[in-house]
Amino acid sequence: MYDGSKIIAGLIVFVGLFTFPFLYNMGKASAKPEPKIDTPVIQQLAEKKCVEPKSFMRAEHMKLLNEWRDSAIRKAKRVYVGAEGKEYTISLQNTCMKCHSNKKKFCDECHNYMAVKPYCWDCHLEPKEKKL
Amino acid sequence: MLEKALTGSRRYWLWICVLLALSGIGFIAYLRQFTYGLGITGMSRDVTWGLYIGQFTFLVGVAASGVMLVLPYYLHNYKKFGKITILGEFMAVAAVTMCVLFIFVDMGQPMRIMNVMLHPTPNSIMFWDSVVLLGYLMLNIIIGWTVLGAERKEVPPPSWVKPLIYLSIAWAPSIHTVTAFLYAGLPGRHFWLTAIMAARFLASAFASGPALLILLCFIIRRTTRFDPGKEAIQTLGKIVTYFMITNVFFFGLEVFTAFYSQIPGHMHSFEYLYAGLEEHRVLVPLMWTSAVLAIVAVILLINPATRKNEITLGLASVAVFLSLWIDKGFGLVIGGFVPNPFETVTEYWPTLPETLITIGVWAAGFLILTVLYKVAISVKEELA
Amino acid sequence: MSINRREFLKIAGISLLGFGGASAVKKHLMGDNWVEASEVLRSPDALTAQQWAMVVDVRKITTMNDYKKIVEACHSIHNVPDFRNPKDEIKWIWKDTFEHTFPTSGHPYMEEGIEEKPFLLLCNHCENPPCVRVCPTKATFKSKDGITMVDFHRCIGCRFCMAACPYGARSFNWRDPRPFIKKTNPEFPTRTKGVVEKCNFCAERLAKGLEPACVEASNGAMVFGDLKDPDSEVRRILRTHYTIVRKPELGTRPSVYYVIGG
Repeated sequence: MYDGSKIIAGLIVFVGLFTFPFLYNMGKASAKPEPKIDTPVIQQLAEKKCVEPKSFMRAEHMKLLNEWRDSAIRKAKRVYVGAEGKEYTISLQNTCMKCHSNKKKFCDECHNYMAVKPYCWDCHLEPKEKKL
Repeated sequence: MLEKALTGSRRYWLWICVLLALSGIGFIAYLRQFTYGLGITGMSRDVTWGLYIGQFTFLVGVAASGVMLVLPYYLHNYKKFGKITILGEFMAVAAVTMCVLFIFVDMGQPMRIMNVMLHPTPNSIMFWDSVVLLGYLMLNIIIGWTVLGAERKEVPPPSWVKPLIYLSIAWAPSIHTVTAFLYAGLPGRHFWLTAIMAARFLASAFASGPALLILLCFIIRRTTRFDPGKEAIQTLGKIVTYFMITNVFFFGLEVFTAFYSQIPGHMHSFEYLYAGLEEHRVLVPLMWTSAVLAIVAVILLINPATRKNEITLGLASVAVFLSLWIDKGFGLVIGGFVPNPFETVTEYWPTLPETLITIGVWAAGFLILTVLYKVAISVKEELA
Repeated sequence: MSINRREFLKIAGISLLGFGGASAVKKHLMGDNWVEASEVLRSPDALTAQQWAMVVDVRKITTMNDYKKIVEACHSIHNVPDFRNPKDEIKWIWKDTFEHTFPTSGHPYMEEGIEEKPFLLLCNHCENPPCVRVCPTKATFKSKDGITMVDFHRCIGCRFCMAACPYGARSFNWRDPRPFIKKTNPEFPTRTKGVVEKCNFCAERLAKGLEPACVEASNGAMVFGDLKDPDSEVRRILRTHYTIVRKPELGTRPSVYYVIGG
């Protein structure tokens, strides 16, 4: 084999670099996210229901938010009728976050775990929270 | 074939390292711009485009001018250009890449740039500009690489390239026409609102691009064993001559319309650029440099003795390139924004980070150009 | 079984197409109706129009205080930052002189006092807006009420619209605006660096049945209404007063009209 040592050295470097993220994070399991809904507004609700069922919201909230965004801004339709026929004002700041005023425990908990960084908060104002 | 770019003299590697270093500095400056925002540049609410878009506009012209080598060879069977068409095609590849980079660094939200493709908008000229530029890039990469590959194997190029070559000849003016339309269709920007904008763009492009090619040919002859050919260079010289004269003529037309009509809006930008408006005269020295260089170039080019002498032809090419770089890479864009829609003046001058990013993009472009030319010339040296 | 490279690529290509097709079909079937029975609509309270328009009665805005109140009403609810330097400046509504507002309409012997008069400037919400024409992503668009909107979510910050606007109505976020907002309104978003913004004719207020904030603060000096409704207040004023618009020669058909004198 020509240049065998160089090839092997190169392979070692490659394997090292490739597996670095796995080795680096080994044994550092993050805690399972547990989003909380214990905000004052939600506590006072007679029926603790979001605009759509929990299972749907958990899986599809990002799509729903995108739809809301386009509907409010681009179609000027700012009222959402949920599957159960109840009406809501389409607004992240004035509807979603009025109930879910605990962004850190409700949004960030999962987003951090999943390592997603939605850019919502570059513009939309977070509800004021007491320091955790 | 790319492996040919991996072997070279010390001088070659030194040049590569210089370009890498400059692109690196530009990249670091860009990271700062990325975190701070475009406020790091000299641009403002009134002058919303600056050096970046100026360079983009100028380089679209350089890219389009590759056709000045391709057209005479393929449509008129001008054999002298046969062995250097590749230089035109690869110059176009490097120039379009720089254009794309300049657009990218000019974006306020660069991460969303794919929105242009996700929400295609046919009424926006910028949408068409991205379409024609990417198309032109692909055409030149495919044509250049295939023809060079065939040449290396000493076989005629495959027949399917011919239609692509004809397409690329028609495509070249389109990229600069569409770029001119970015400017020429905006109400209220008198300096840009002119029907001969596209014609002016093409004239200046077909002068500045071939001028750069002449200089590149001189460098190639000095640093490699490949000779682009005295006669080919002389023909390029004639091309530069005709188009530079056309360009100066078109400029004269603009000045006539503005000043004979005496319509204030049409005169203001010219007054700002060449005389200054009140105390605002930052660009005056630069614009006169461009004008003087243009006159010098035209004199050197028209006179047969100085055009045939390679030293004076080289000087003329430098003058053409610099003159048009100032005129189009700077004056054209800034002039359109001054005075602003309220008829007041906000001046523009690039900042240091902005300049470093600009140099970085040019370095990246020349890196691509160097590598592609190295490949092409190595192939030609082998065959010689 | 052995396949050569060509065959492998063929199969790979076909399967790739298959996957793409399958997801396209799925998308088509699920479509926009992935939440059964859910729908979006306009609030019954919302003010609607074919083309919103505004008349600014310059005679009624006389003191610095009048115009400051109007500008403040807009800028405070929309979280417009104050950079205190013209380079980064962002403004939705502001004042300027007659000469700057109507640069092609003046002459050296104008009526006395007109130079000192503050003219309010804002986006003209043109009927034929060049900014909408040039936007490469439809981030700026005409709403069905005739408002020239900016979708801050979609704007890529190319600033083509700023070159196209003949009225200097648009501002760009050259840097993060948040540290420069005196007091944020929690009901409205801020913007982020790298997007273009401007007056939105208070689309968010119209949706709730409220007139634009500037109109509300103007004490009757600004009137808002539907340009296409002959019975609207805006049309009544246009019928009975001599009004002008900015740069009518450009064919953009501005929807902001000015009553100057008389």
